[in-house]
Amino acid sequence: MPIKVLIPTPLRPYAGKQSVIEVTAQTVGEALNDLVAQHPDLRKHLFTEEGKLRSFVNVYLNSDDIRYLSKDATPVTEADTISIVPSVAGGA
Amino acid sequence: MAVLSDENQATLSNEEILRYSRHLIMPEVTMEGQKKLKAARVLCVGTGGLGSPLALYLAAAGVGTLGLVDFDTVDYTNLQRQILHHTADVGRLKLDSAIDKLKAINPFVKIERFDTYLNSSNALEIFAGFDIIADGTDNFATRYLVNDACVLSGKPNVYASIFRFEGQASIFGAKDGPCYRCLYPEPPPPGLVPSCAEGGVLGVLPGLLGVIQATEVIKLILGAGEPLIGRLVLVDALAMRFREMRIRKNPDCPVCGTHPTVKEPIDYEQFCGVRGEEADLSASAKIPEIQPEEYKRRRDAGEDIFLLDVREPHEYQICNLNGHLIPLGDLPSRVHELDSSREFVVHCKSGARSAKAVEFLRQSGFKRASNLTGGILAWADRIDPTVPKY
Repeated sequence: MPIKVLIPTPLRPYAGKQSVIEVTAQTVGEALNDLVAQHPDLRKHLFTEEGKLRSFVNVYLNSDDIRYLSKDATPVTEADTISIVPSVAGGA
Repeated sequence: MAVLSDENQATLSNEEILRYSRHLIMPEVTMEGQKKLKAARVLCVGTGGLGSPLALYLAAAGVGTLGLVDFDTVDYTNLQRQILHHTADVGRLKLDSAIDKLKAINPFVKIERFDTYLNSSNALEIFAGFDIIADGTDNFATRYLVNDACVLSGKPNVYASIFRFEGQASIFGAKDGPCYRCLYPEPPPPGLVPSCAEGGVLGVLPGLLGVIQATEVIKLILGAGEPLIGRLVLVDALAMRFREMRIRKNPDCPVCGTHPTVKEPIDYEQFCGVRGEEADLSASAKIPEIQPEEYKRRRDAGEDIFLLDVREPHEYQICNLNGHLIPLGDLPSRVHELDSSREFVVHCKSGARSAKAVEFLRQSGFKRASNLTGGILAWADRIDPTVPKY
């Protein structure tokens, strides 16, 4: 089913400068796979070489961190929004 | 949450009562809350983009003691957002500039200055004198240090960070609440996430986020409302949307978990791979360089040198050296536009992106490509002062 993924500013250059990308998926893992299939430049910013989600990139289903749901296997519905939230350090 | 200092010691003069009258008549503050504010001791780490609105509002609100940590001097490029500092302050220590402004806003505030770079050996000692720490720093190493030192000393860390027109804010290290490592266990490798100096920042954005920090500090002191604990507020100023994510306390967190392994501040530069970044820079030092003076002499002598500018089009509009523009990110797909038999000088703003471009060109068979040392900034400094610096 179609589901929205919100792309944060630092990753937009690797996602065709878009802030929202629609993917087709039944789970969060499928959604991320479809996302990097549509935008291959995103892959190295989201995943390690071993294919693990990077530890400074959090993925939320609505307002919940998928680490505390069923991770990649977390089911999604059309009403859900996936957010990618990487750490940023700026402040000065 | 109660402040650690004893609020009963604070008394307000008639002058202070008049100054804070709009607080005193609010049921959420009252005389009791204003005395708590006066008794409170808050440390602002950094007096830059976030630290400016944060410290200004805390001083105006009557926080009794403000600690300021900064080692930096005011730079012309700071003025677009660091509203503690005025044009006449360029070149002064940020601490001197900040203290003048804060004293001018509220002479009743006591200010303690820490003219130093916060590090693993001084953080716990500095934090010991304060109730609440507000993190307005600008790099991952210091952010993990502030987090760990807050958890280790049991002090809340009122946090915000910014990038371009997006920001994040939360309170870490509160009793039973998550810490920054629960949210992000590890920092990104150096270079993958651009800093404000590299990526830019909308000038008002640290204003928005610094004011969120000031609000949360004041709420913690008053014990009022719902503190931003266990929640991450995401601000998108461009869309003007505020979203909220839940942050859980990670039982396996190495600093605030049930079996902590970090029991004192560690080497955060190593943790964040900054040392590795220095090694990368020395590797790039092997990339052939040309000094601006040498390039100018050879160009003026009429030598056939192709000048390639690998910045972005919006940077080219600010200033350029009439180079051929191909942004670094487009170079792989547009390299066929270039004649590999010619000699190339490549430049960017300060020399980092063009070093990557030269490395790529040499791997692609361009045997005579070199990097203009220091980029267009060095050109402006050393060759042509009419070129604006940005």
